[in-house]
Amino acid sequence: MFGFPGFDRTIFDDLLRFQREMESLFGGPLTTAIRSMGPEAYPAVNVGTTPEEVDVYLFAPGVDPTTLDISLQNNVLTVAGERRVIREEGASYYRKERFDGEFRRVLTLPEDVDPDRVDATYNDGVLHIRIERKESSKPKQIKVN
Amino acid sequence: MSDKNELTTTQTKEVQPAAEQKRLEQVVRPPVDIFEDESGITVHADMPGVSKERLNVKVEGDTLSIEGTVDIPMPENMEPLYAEVRATRYERSFTLSPEMDVDKVEASLKNGVLTLRIPKREEHKPKKIEVKVG
Repeated sequence: MFGFPGFDRTIFDDLLRFQREMESLFGGPLTTAIRSMGPEAYPAVNVGTTPEEVDVYLFAPGVDPTTLDISLQNNVLTVAGERRVIREEGASYYRKERFDGEFRRVLTLPEDVDPDRVDATYNDGVLHIRIERKESSKPKQIKVN
Repeated sequence: MSDKNELTTTQTKEVQPAAEQKRLEQVVRPPVDIFEDESGITVHADMPGVSKERLNVKVEGDTLSIEGTVDIPMPENMEPLYAEVRATRYERSFTLSPEMDVDKVEASLKNGVLTLRIPKREEHKPKKIEVKVG
């Protein structure tokens, strides 16, 4: 999804495509971030930044947002929760592809996030956590007198 | 092969569009759960980021297709730092078998999960057959 403006055609794309090609050649990357998860991770995560804030999007369909445990210690964000898929008894299942169970995702964010200024919203199955950057690290306009 | 698998292949066979390869980069196949009970088939599909307005469920001939576009408001000047989800569209389709009542398909969307209920035609609902003891 980061196919929204700016996310679809960045230099990252070319790098990522190259990386993916290499991965498919060798059956997986040799080095991955220690907390990264495979392509089928639940919830999948996107992180974007602006000079003022860091935006984390977790694709967590079908959870009760009030049961989510979100914490930020310095710049390490943890989101834990549970998605229970209610199975119908006596029915024959042809496919069970959806995630069922507990999850925990841990992300290292840029160091200048302010743990005191965070808000989280849940819409259409996407959890958006917005963390402001510390005042001191926000860009300042300097006027020439 | 067990009876159940046979049923899967006849009742909800997946359609692989020829053009899919080309669009692989932007389109995501939503994960689904599919089950059948006496009165019909139920499909649950994970489509986070899709609102009701941007969801499209349709039946054409014997093909049931679901598609949706992700729309999440974001700051304009945002730069990507890390992305596991890059596609903005979900697409998936299934072929139905004739005993499914395509005119009575019901769809609902809640918290990014699409639920489809495809009932069987009345005449195809199982009837208990009494065994008479002579």
